[in-house]
Amino acid sequence: MVIDAPPARSVFRHRLSTRLWHWVNVVALVTLLMSGLMIFNAHPRLYWGQYGANADSAWLEIGSTGTEGYLKIGDRRWDTSGVLGYWKDGQGNVGRGAFPGWATIPSTYNLAMARRWHLTFAWVFAFGLLFFMIRSLWNGHIRKDLAIGRTDIRPAAIGRDIMDHLKLRFHHGDARFNILQKFSYVGVIFILLPLMILTGLTMSPGLNAAWPWLLDLFGGRQSARSIHFIVAGLLVGFIIVHLALVLLSGPVNGIRSMITGWFRLPAEKAQ
Amino acid sequence: MSAILTRRRLITGAALGAGGLLAGCDKLGENEGFRKILFSADAMNRHAQRLLTDREALAREFDQSDLSPFFRGNGSQNPQDPNYQAHAAANFSDWRVAIDGLVSRPETLSMAQIRSMPQRTQITRHDCVEGWSAIGKWTGVPLKMLLDQAGLRDGARYIVFHCADDSGGGTQYYESIDLIDAFHPQTIMAWALNDAVLPIRNGAPLRLRVERHLGYKHAKYVQRIEAVASLDGIGLGKGGFWEDRAGYEWYAGI
Repeated sequence: MVIDAPPARSVFRHRLSTRLWHWVNVVALVTLLMSGLMIFNAHPRLYWGQYGANADSAWLEIGSTGTEGYLKIGDRRWDTSGVLGYWKDGQGNVGRGAFPGWATIPSTYNLAMARRWHLTFAWVFAFGLLFFMIRSLWNGHIRKDLAIGRTDIRPAAIGRDIMDHLKLRFHHGDARFNILQKFSYVGVIFILLPLMILTGLTMSPGLNAAWPWLLDLFGGRQSARSIHFIVAGLLVGFIIVHLALVLLSGPVNGIRSMITGWFRLPAEKAQ
Repeated sequence: MSAILTRRRLITGAALGAGGLLAGCDKLGENEGFRKILFSADAMNRHAQRLLTDREALAREFDQSDLSPFFRGNGSQNPQDPNYQAHAAANFSDWRVAIDGLVSRPETLSMAQIRSMPQRTQITRHDCVEGWSAIGKWTGVPLKMLLDQAGLRDGARYIVFHCADDSGGGTQYYESIDLIDAFHPQTIMAWALNDAVLPIRNGAPLRLRVERHLGYKHAKYVQRIEAVASLDGIGLGKGGFWEDRAGYEWYAGI
């Protein structure tokens, strides 16, 4: 570490509403994901259309033959022993659930409890998103920081931003989001997260009766279930990239700024 | 500061933390107070749906061309009780359904009497709590007709269905619904599936169809319909076999 550098300057980067929402989401999304995987384990097959059960053809299936686990998508089949369909828990016991115990809540098969976790934290997640959206409209976060402007969609600018990311060159100087950040945050906040809520609601038989347009919007309850699963996968992808970039761009500074709001600028930039 | 926290340490720490969290989640799920919080979402879901939606809304009805090629069974698919087996061997010709509890005119109906009443046929989607769905064509007598005939007495709040299948531990299956669902036009006691007599795996000779709810609400092999003021005296008090045994939600509209 350079000791005799001039003291670093800090910029205020994250509002309280953003920080609160971020950490509420850490808890809610992890819980929803892991309890969701347990719910999936109860019927590890996905279909398109209004109906779908064991006798119907699934476009995705995770299963076990007894000595190996497999994942089937369409006509393709992969041996996933050790991870999906056939795995061992911490004590060395064989599990044949689709997703292994370390990835699910609860860790052993329990659909009823998984639903309790899922349907409780769905409220936390949905109200969190609502609160964040209203607050961010109100305080201008959406308009000032997230809105994608004309300058953002110039191919040259996008290309430069992609190159910067590939070279792991992070612009810490200003508090603004770069173009790829904007695209991914807008995509997650305004497309993926609302899609999770809507496809989740479409699986409720009670709401199907009251709001049948949900079924038409997604092409049926089983299609909604498939989309719910796919979008959950996309969110996991987002979180992995997000965490990787936090690690690569200075995890302590990044995490601190999401707690206190203040981001410490590199010393040379502070001059 | 960043020199102290290496990437390897961060990743190891995160993995350990995740493992601890997971064990913690299992512990939390067994904690009395936390379970209360988790289980309170059931009432929240029920109230929210009742607040935001029309409780009289009809479940979507489909066309003949939408039927599932095969309507699978689940739970009990062939009750082993000798009494039930004897009825099955006799094509349920002597099957009786009692309607009692808080009613003015308790009665016992034969399948012939039930089939001679006005019928409703509906093609609806069945959603199992496990995640699968099947579309079937159901024919049966509206539960409302049976309840009106028996005459609900003041104080009746729920309808309980007592079934013939031993679902585990010597306990016969039971389920319950409220009066809004009981008197809903699509709530029928079905004896036919896809224009044929109800197969045993789907609940022969008589089962409940309470559309807008998950499959475990749709009691099969029904032999008694009871009107009650409270669910406290039914099973372990939560209103249904799976509610009592495994902690499933009584409100199964979600």
